Amino acid sequence: MALLSKKDTALLTDPLADNNPITIQVLGICSALAITAELKASIVMAVSVMAVLAIGNVVISLLRNVIPSKIRIIVQLIVVAALVIIVDLVLKAFAYELSKTLSVFVGLIITNCIIMGRFEAFALGNKPWRSFLDGIGNAAGYGLILIIVGFFRELLGSGTLLGFKVLGDPIEKTGLYAIGYENNGFMLLSPMALIVVGIIIWIQRSRNTSLIEEN
Amino acid sequence: MGLKENLHNLKEKYKGTKMAPAFNAIHTFLYLPNEVTHGGTHIKAADDLKRTMNTVILALVPCLIFGMFNAGYQHYAAIDGSLRADVLANFFTFDNLWIGIIKVLPLVIISYGVGLLVEFIFAVIKGHEVEEGYLVTGMLVPLIVPVDTPLWMLAVAVVFGVIIGKEVFGGTGMNILNPALTIRAFLFFAYPTWMSGDKVWVQGAVERANEIAAGSSADAISGETILGSYAQNQEVIYSTFDKFMGFIPGSVGETSTFLILLGAGFLIFTKIGSWRIILSTFIGAAVMGLIFNQVVAADIITESSKFYGLMNTVWWEHLMIGGLAFGAVYMATDPVTASQTNKGKWIYGFLIGFISIMIRVFNPAYPEGVFLAILLMNVFAPTIDHYVVQGNVTNRLKRAKVKTA
Repeated sequence: MALLSKKDTALLTDPLADNNPITIQVLGICSALAITAELKASIVMAVSVMAVLAIGNVVISLLRNVIPSKIRIIVQLIVVAALVIIVDLVLKAFAYELSKTLSVFVGLIITNCIIMGRFEAFALGNKPWRSFLDGIGNAAGYGLILIIVGFFRELLGSGTLLGFKVLGDPIEKTGLYAIGYENNGFMLLSPMALIVVGIIIWIQRSRNTSLIEEN
Repeated sequence: MGLKENLHNLKEKYKGTKMAPAFNAIHTFLYLPNEVTHGGTHIKAADDLKRTMNTVILALVPCLIFGMFNAGYQHYAAIDGSLRADVLANFFTFDNLWIGIIKVLPLVIISYGVGLLVEFIFAVIKGHEVEEGYLVTGMLVPLIVPVDTPLWMLAVAVVFGVIIGKEVFGGTGMNILNPALTIRAFLFFAYPTWMSGDKVWVQGAVERANEIAAGSSADAISGETILGSYAQNQEVIYSTFDKFMGFIPGSVGETSTFLILLGAGFLIFTKIGSWRIILSTFIGAAVMGLIFNQVVAADIITESSKFYGLMNTVWWEHLMIGGLAFGAVYMATDPVTASQTNKGKWIYGFLIGFISIMIRVFNPAYPEGVFLAILLMNVFAPTIDHYVVQGNVTNRLKRAKVKTA
């Protein structure tokens, strides 16, 4: 027997492309614009959201039959908040510099629409294992876009990747900088992240025209 | 067989294929097509899109030629200040023009080459005719950048501006933002060191600064624009005549208010530019300038303030320095991105002028606030139109009620 049934695999892979939380559902845009100026921050953010979403989905799924529906949003918030505080403390303990770059945005994972959206739409109506897979899949789809955007913004904006000077040194004029290349400062500003996300959406929909909404 | 026949045959040969729009565009751009309409009555109008675009380009040519001379003049005058004593004798020289030819013409060629290439590619992919929209943009772009802008930066910015500023919205006529200003904005935010400061406006100033840093004994060239000097409360060496005629540092084509006004007259005469927008932009700028003058006169702002220099600038001088005149005449009047209703045009233009001077004074980091003001109002133009139309509807309904009552 395969490890995952076909339906379960779909839970993992659908959010990567055809049901991507950022490019198709257009959720979680705020953090995608705010923290993607560096690739490292994007990766850490992706991993943090994955931890919060996967564990949170399982918790909500386990509690789904005991949560009164009138106060379910509050219960969900408490679960996210608790998990986010744990992630924040872990980051502060083991990656202090990074947690400073991410600053308030780790705390703002609470408000990430993807998380509440998955709790509401999936975990409240499904068993823990499937909820776990759904959480991993959606966080991976979110993280994938974050990493793509972070890759281009750091490469073109600062000329580095994960802090390594891949294009040469801009001050000592080595590598590409020797022939007059310069970093694109616009890439470091948030509006450019929106444009990069827009370009990804554009490419995705022109490759798969069934994704285009009818007016 | 002439070129025209060849093109016609090529067009026939590739009809229905992907490359058809490309040949079609070259053919109709250069010649009157062979096809004529048969039967029925047709309205014949001479002012199609190509004619409109060409008229604007004609209005821009004096600015371009002046800009080429000015590029050289500013370069030599920065080295030898005595040239400024007799501007007229030292301006229209071949040496000046030569600098213009080697520095400004490449900007024009890159702007057109890259921009039209992108347009062609999109026309081929989308299978529609090549649109004429880029003809004016391609001429505006080299006129609103500093003369020393590296060519590859211009090329990157043009690709960005044409695709993100225009093609994603559906091409010519569908764009929300003025593509030329989108290109300028991209350059400004992406490569700020090349687009502002006191070095970029005079050809060779950056190079000279680098040489001095490397130990050369040559004199530094300062190319501060008037706006930059005012922002730092410095004395300005240029006379009112210099400012009006444009013998001052600045972007390639924006300096000569005189030639821009000539171009404005031509555009208004041919009914291509809206006089309402041009006039109201100047009025808006003058009003804001007057307000600031009053603020200074009332001693609310004193000399110690960092806003003093630009606030104390006489209001009519604001109209001549910086890119205000160029923006008002050639950019704000873009028929696609401006307001369409007559009342809307007054509001739209007024706010452009008003906000331009406000940005200019309050944000010394962006002494050239005109392009930001126009882009901002581009976004609001449809809203202005909406309320003008709604207001008209309400008024008419009111009148209709009175009559029936």
